[in-house]
Amino acid sequence: MKQANRRTKLVVLTAAMVLVLAVIYACGILIPEEAAAGSFLNAKLPPSLRHPFGTDALGRDLFLRTLKGLSVSMTIGLAASAISAVIAVLVGAASAAGSRGVDAVLNWLIDLVMGVPHTILILLISFALGRGLNGLLAGIAATHWCSLARLIRGEVLQLRSQQYVAVSRRLGKSSGWIMLYHLLPHLAPQFVVGLVLMFPHAILHEASISFLGFGLPPEQPAIGIILAESMRYLSAGMWWMAVLPGLTLVSIVLLVDKAGEHLKTLLDPYSAQE
Amino acid sequence: MALEAKNVDFRYGRNQPWILKDQCLKIGKGERLAVFAPSGYGKTTLAMLLAGYLEPINGQVLLDEIPLPKKGACPVQLICQHPEKAVNPRWRLRRVLEESGPLREDLLEALGIQRAWLARFPRELSGGELQRFCVARALTSGGDYLICDEISAMLDGITQAQIWNVVLEEAEKRSLGLIAITHNRRLAGRIASRILDLSV
Repeated sequence: MKQANRRTKLVVLTAAMVLVLAVIYACGILIPEEAAAGSFLNAKLPPSLRHPFGTDALGRDLFLRTLKGLSVSMTIGLAASAISAVIAVLVGAASAAGSRGVDAVLNWLIDLVMGVPHTILILLISFALGRGLNGLLAGIAATHWCSLARLIRGEVLQLRSQQYVAVSRRLGKSSGWIMLYHLLPHLAPQFVVGLVLMFPHAILHEASISFLGFGLPPEQPAIGIILAESMRYLSAGMWWMAVLPGLTLVSIVLLVDKAGEHLKTLLDPYSAQE
Repeated sequence: MALEAKNVDFRYGRNQPWILKDQCLKIGKGERLAVFAPSGYGKTTLAMLLAGYLEPINGQVLLDEIPLPKKGACPVQLICQHPEKAVNPRWRLRRVLEESGPLREDLLEALGIQRAWLARFPRELSGGELQRFCVARALTSGGDYLICDEISAMLDGITQAQIWNVVLEEAEKRSLGLIAITHNRRLAGRIASRILDLSV
């Protein structure tokens, strides 16, 4: 049989990663709340075949809770990074195509948001909006667009100086038309890759803010909540409550990051032909 | 009815040398002018100024006594030296052509553009094939003046002749004002009724 080339292998690998993520997400959505409800009879059990991740202090199965928590994290991660990426494109394009004043103001804004540590900013925004899902979403979305916006600004500046754009203008096309048909399609790879690479950041921020108690409410099965609860039992030797959900979170983040890198290799014109 | 550059000065930045100084040029509709100079004498810069791609530092570019319109299709169209830079690499060539107006079958025929090329991307064609598209695009846009900036410098003799025949025929038919920029003195003599030499 003919050996598949590297590009095909990469496509298959990336598709497999996306499939794994989708399965985890679907599991988390489909598992009913009651399945994770436990009884005090089997509280604080170490990992076993019946409970692969053990159980927590309330006797709830940690594996199911982790799956459910991951799906919550993924929803937040996806929504927040999508909003962020859209903001990034709008700000980047406006900054590059607008007047000098607009550019200066937007650059100042980017510097400002980048200058404040993310965690503190998300914490403040989330707190101001009354914590919970919405506060977290707004906080993460409002802090993660900066570097992508800068990238897109540079890209638009470079594209705008292309000769075919000048030709298009002399053929009577308006700036809006040129932006829509000549410039934006060129930004698709940056947009998609930026979005995917933002996703792990968003998930980790969600977990850390929830861990600190400024994010999701404690009854929600989020990874950050699970980790925060486990802290009380770590000194009693119940390692599984923190280690297993934590490892799962890290592996999901690495998986998304790797998938994003692969996507970049596939979409970036400098490496797409390899 | 004339396109005119009036005492035009241009340089690409404050600390750069003047490329054009006090340059004058006038061409009427239906006239054919060749601009001739060796490399580095500002031929392309002059073309970009006349077609409104650049603004002169001093002096004016006037079309029928008024400055070039800023909006809408420019009545002075420029065909660039490097066709691969003048087309969007992500557009199929049908779209590239239709950017200036509906396809003109007679023009495609005359330029030797095959139907199959229309469905291709720019990188799938050679420089000569792409230049035909750029010529077709400029001719469809319906301007009154056409500036050809070394459009045939990198083409073989046959293609060169074919493209120039189409351009000259079209210029004759629509009585276009034609400015041909070249550093080939023989070509300049063949195309134009008048030659402007920037090097003297």
